[in-house]
Amino acid sequence: MVVSCEHVWDEISNYVDGEVDTALRAAMEEHFKGCKHCTAVLDGTRNVVQLYGDDRLFELPAGFSQRLRRRIVQEASWSGFRSARSLWMLAVAATALIAGGLALGNSALFRQPDLRSALAKPPHGVPASLMVAVCGDGKVFHVPGCKYMHKHDDENPRMMTAAEAVREGYAPCVRCLRQYLSARIECPRSSPPPPLVAVQLSVRNATSNFKGLN
Amino acid sequence: MGTLARKTDIRVEAVDPAQLREQELLRRVQGGEKQLFYELVKPYERRVYSAAFAILRNEADAEDAAQEAILKALTHIGQFRGDARFSTWLTQITVNEALMRRRRDHSEVMEPIGDRQEEDGSYTPRDFADWREIPSEALERKEIRQKLAAAMAMLTHKYREVFVLRDIQHLSIEETAKALGISRASVKTRLLRARLMLRDLLAPGFGGAWFARLPFEKGSKPW
Repeated sequence: MVVSCEHVWDEISNYVDGEVDTALRAAMEEHFKGCKHCTAVLDGTRNVVQLYGDDRLFELPAGFSQRLRRRIVQEASWSGFRSARSLWMLAVAATALIAGGLALGNSALFRQPDLRSALAKPPHGVPASLMVAVCGDGKVFHVPGCKYMHKHDDENPRMMTAAEAVREGYAPCVRCLRQYLSARIECPRSSPPPPLVAVQLSVRNATSNFKGLN
Repeated sequence: MGTLARKTDIRVEAVDPAQLREQELLRRVQGGEKQLFYELVKPYERRVYSAAFAILRNEADAEDAAQEAILKALTHIGQFRGDARFSTWLTQITVNEALMRRRRDHSEVMEPIGDRQEEDGSYTPRDFADWREIPSEALERKEIRQKLAAAMAMLTHKYREVFVLRDIQHLSIEETAKALGISRASVKTRLLRARLMLRDLLAPGFGGAWFARLPFEKGSKPW
């Protein structure tokens, strides 16, 4: 097998890499023995491979390693923070979900059934165990003895807890229980709502006139 | 019935301590000890930088791309399955990062050498200067390193990329083809051209011109 210079140049890179078959290798070696130009090309190609394959060729810029190390440390810390934050957020979300579920479960009291009066304001924050009074055809519940309770003379108000009254669709009286309305009703004639202590005192006074309790 | 004697071929492979250390570091970094990542990439800093530099041809851009590539490797370290060498994986990420930046910046307006000849045609060497020996200390000299870098920068990028991956990063033909998304045949053709072009650019200098002018060498001493 005889090869030309052009064939040698086409295959010289594969020859350097050991990627030519035995027959071609032998033919090329025979060619190099008698061809000065191709030998020069072969030597030069080998030198290129050797020089560029040397680790000393590229110098790192001054401070490269320090800057790289700093960035890796920052990234690692930030990554750790992100993971920790994710875990915390997951825990907080789970807690909130559980707490929310429990609150919803317990707040069945405050789920508003259909109110007996379309104009009534729904209750807000009324103590569930507060004893209240309602009349048969009334739409609101009162502190027992409230003078604004509309009842027939011979009628005894029905006593129940605020929770039961709410469940049955009664709304708080806008006078004796106004602090438990979800939106205050401003009545120009009414005075500002009394503090809780005052309410309790007035309730105590009112109960003395309340037939059902006497 | 005759019994076939089965020879047990026990191959004892030499365990490279550096490789063992790399595997251990990899395991720990993948396990969450990310602060150890620098120790893992430290042996490849120069390779990563040189890959980025060879593509971008600018120190600042190369450093930026190299660091970004290393941080991307850190972010995706969980995806490294050990199918390839860690250094190869790192190099591929770096090459992708550098290529992406080059495309984004459109920094290459002129490609001085390489486009003059078609890839399919044969490459004819332009110079047959005799370049048989490389002085062993050649790479210790900064100006020689600069000449080599400048010569490589003159290659058009399609040749330079293959050359960098094969002859500087020492990737195999398959790995190079995969990293660049080209065929094995293209890798071989481009590599041949890159090597011959560099030889054309460097042979006259290494053949004598660069070294003959140096003072204090044999035969050129002033006394």
